[in-house]
Amino acid sequence: MKILVPVKRVLDYNIKARAKADGSGVALAGLKMSLNPFDEIALEAAIRLKEAGLATEVVALSCGDAMVQEGLRTALALGADRALWVSSTTELQPLAVAKLLQAVVLREMPTLVICGKQAIDDDANQTGQMLAALLNWGQATNAAEIQMGEGRVDVVRETDGGTETLRLLLPAVITTDLRLNEPRYATLPNIMKARKKPIETLTPEELGVTVEPRLKTLRVQEPPQRPAGIKVDSVATLLARLKNEAKVI
Amino acid sequence: MENRILLVTELGPDGHLKSSIRSLLAAAKALKGDTDVLIWGGDTTSALVEAQHLPGIHRVLNGSGATLAEGLAEMLCALVRPLARQYTHILTAATAIGKNWMPRLAALEDVAMISDVVGVESSDTFIRPIYAGSIWATVCCPESLKLMTVRTTAFPGVEGERTEPVPVENLPCPAAMPLSTRISVHTHAQEGRPSLENARVVVSGGRGLGSAEHYEALLGPLAEELNAALGASRAAVDLGYAPNDVQVGQTGKVVAPDLYIAIGISGAIQHLAGMQTSRVIVAINKDPDAPIFAVADYGLVGDLNLLVPELTAALQK
Ligand SMILES: Cc1cc2nc3c(=O)[nH]c(=O)nc-3n(C[C@H](O)[C@H](O)[C@H](O)COP(=O)(O)OP(=O)(O)OC[C@H]3O[C@@H](n4cnc5c(N)ncnc54)[C@H](O)[C@@H]3O)c2cc1C
Ligand SMILES: Cc1cc2nc3c(=O)[nH]c(=O)nc-3n(C[C@H](O)[C@H](O)[C@H](O)COP(=O)(O)OP(=O)(O)OC[C@H]3O[C@@H](n4cnc5c(N)ncnc54)[C@H](O)[C@@H]3O)c2cc1C
Repeated sequence: MKILVPVKRVLDYNIKARAKADGSGVALAGLKMSLNPFDEIALEAAIRLKEAGLATEVVALSCGDAMVQEGLRTALALGADRALWVSSTTELQPLAVAKLLQAVVLREMPTLVICGKQAIDDDANQTGQMLAALLNWGQATNAAEIQMGEGRVDVVRETDGGTETLRLLLPAVITTDLRLNEPRYATLPNIMKARKKPIETLTPEELGVTVEPRLKTLRVQEPPQRPAGIKVDSVATLLARLKNEAKVI
Repeated sequence: MENRILLVTELGPDGHLKSSIRSLLAAAKALKGDTDVLIWGGDTTSALVEAQHLPGIHRVLNGSGATLAEGLAEMLCALVRPLARQYTHILTAATAIGKNWMPRLAALEDVAMISDVVGVESSDTFIRPIYAGSIWATVCCPESLKLMTVRTTAFPGVEGERTEPVPVENLPCPAAMPLSTRISVHTHAQEGRPSLENARVVVSGGRGLGSAEHYEALLGPLAEELNAALGASRAAVDLGYAPNDVQVGQTGKVVAPDLYIAIGISGAIQHLAGMQTSRVIVAINKDPDAPIFAVADYGLVGDLNLLVPELTAALQK
């Protein structure tokens, strides 16, 4: 069984994003980029399935400009067997990424695609679901547990009221939530080895996919800031303020 | 061209309409246009009458039947898709369910969709948070069918009832599909507490609580006094202090109660993303430099093990 894991390189989660002064976009120049944390969890899930003898190959894929190859190197260092880069300098929106993924799926024929539930930059939470639709596969988003079966996979997913278990026919698309696993760190020897591994390059044209953005970002800005608050010195003062000033209790 | 708007609702576990529909109505009002409401579920009997009396709507579409009981994305798409092109806008709340099915519908209809709308500028221009809410993007959607999930905390609900019920159109219940089936559900009951989404007051605990026992023993009585829902940081959920469905933040739930009390929570950007639009924020933390104090209206520096029982006791008086 082959597993495809789409990975995205994003602004590191420890860094607070800022809008460019002219509002034309997000200021990313010179800032630390990392693999989307949910994609690290997706890779970890795929690698563990392989280690358990339930999968034979883990293929990582990233779409974007030359820089996304960095993310693929990390994926290789973590244990992906192969890496595919869909090279594009266009702004790739979720529908375009899903179409690229669909085209790659039709070539690679994986049994399972494991995506992150959301990329922590654009926070869209769309790509996996869109891919499942395009392939007419079943989907299980927000996975907290994955159990492979014969021709099927059971997925415990986090919901607004607790959890539920879905049984999907294979092939299927799963998107990962935070508590699926704790990703490993890449070891230095593996990072070195990953540098030498080939990355296969594809283009949207070769895949027959149009990636023109549909949505247009007119401007970005930082949201209104909360006015600074105060520190109170005792529980009594706090309660007095909440009653008399804020009038919330 | 006149907008035609479809609002897709959710029912609560009790079979009644969720109050999020009122926020969807507010978003629809900002868009302006004829508005229909679609309800769906295994049995929509109670919700149907409620929906028919919602203000400002034209009609109710009713999808009721066994294959809709589980809220599977595949089934919801089968229900909504045949109607989709009758509308210019389809809105649903940005809940786990909404986020699950709407992108699927978007891809089936080959349209881009907009997640987590917090503002409507015009019928094709919307505001949505990105980067854990650090940035707001104003996005223009030129698609002829605009699909969006709406962050209900950003739209104060439309009040009121109509006296005459609007007409109902019953929709065919989609046939079962083998792609996915639900085999079990584990609901976590907030015993007698209001739900996180609707509570006027939220008491949230973080790693500083130290254990599941402390989380419950310290926060339970305080929540009781304030008739509050309990929330948690990711760290508290990961450590097993609290169940997953009460995680507040970028990748958990977004809440905006009148009063949010953060206890033993440092205030990571991912947590702030889920609570910073609360009306009043209180933070209790032993570290005077914790980032949570930057968003707190009232900060109390000290040991939560002493301060929380003191606060609860003072409220009991
Ligand atoms: C103002 C602005 C300007 C932008 N400019 C650019 C730009 O110039 N170039 C650009 O590339 N993007 C740009 N973006 C980002 C781009 O719009 C988003 O990345 C895109 O909308 C995808 O959303 P998402 O990553 O949140 O998707 P989600 O649906 O949240 O992603 C879910 C999962 O899908 C998979 N996935 C998503 N994207 C990829 C990918 N590229 N490759 C492989 N797997 C993927 C991953 O598994 C991921 O976890 C810009 C965004 C904004 C707001
Ligand atoms: C992809 C991703 C998504 C994430 N999504 C979310 C999310 O949705 N929601 C979320 O909350 N986090 C999220 N996080 C995690 C986030 O980055 C923080 O790690 C997390 O919020 C920290 O939780 P905390 O504040 O409880 O713990 P800590 O940061 O460890 O803070 C504990 C606080 O308790 C205080 N404390 C300790 N003991 C006491 C005491 N006795 N009395 C008073 N105060 C005390 C400390 O001073 C400290 O400030 C996400 C992270 C990633 C990478």
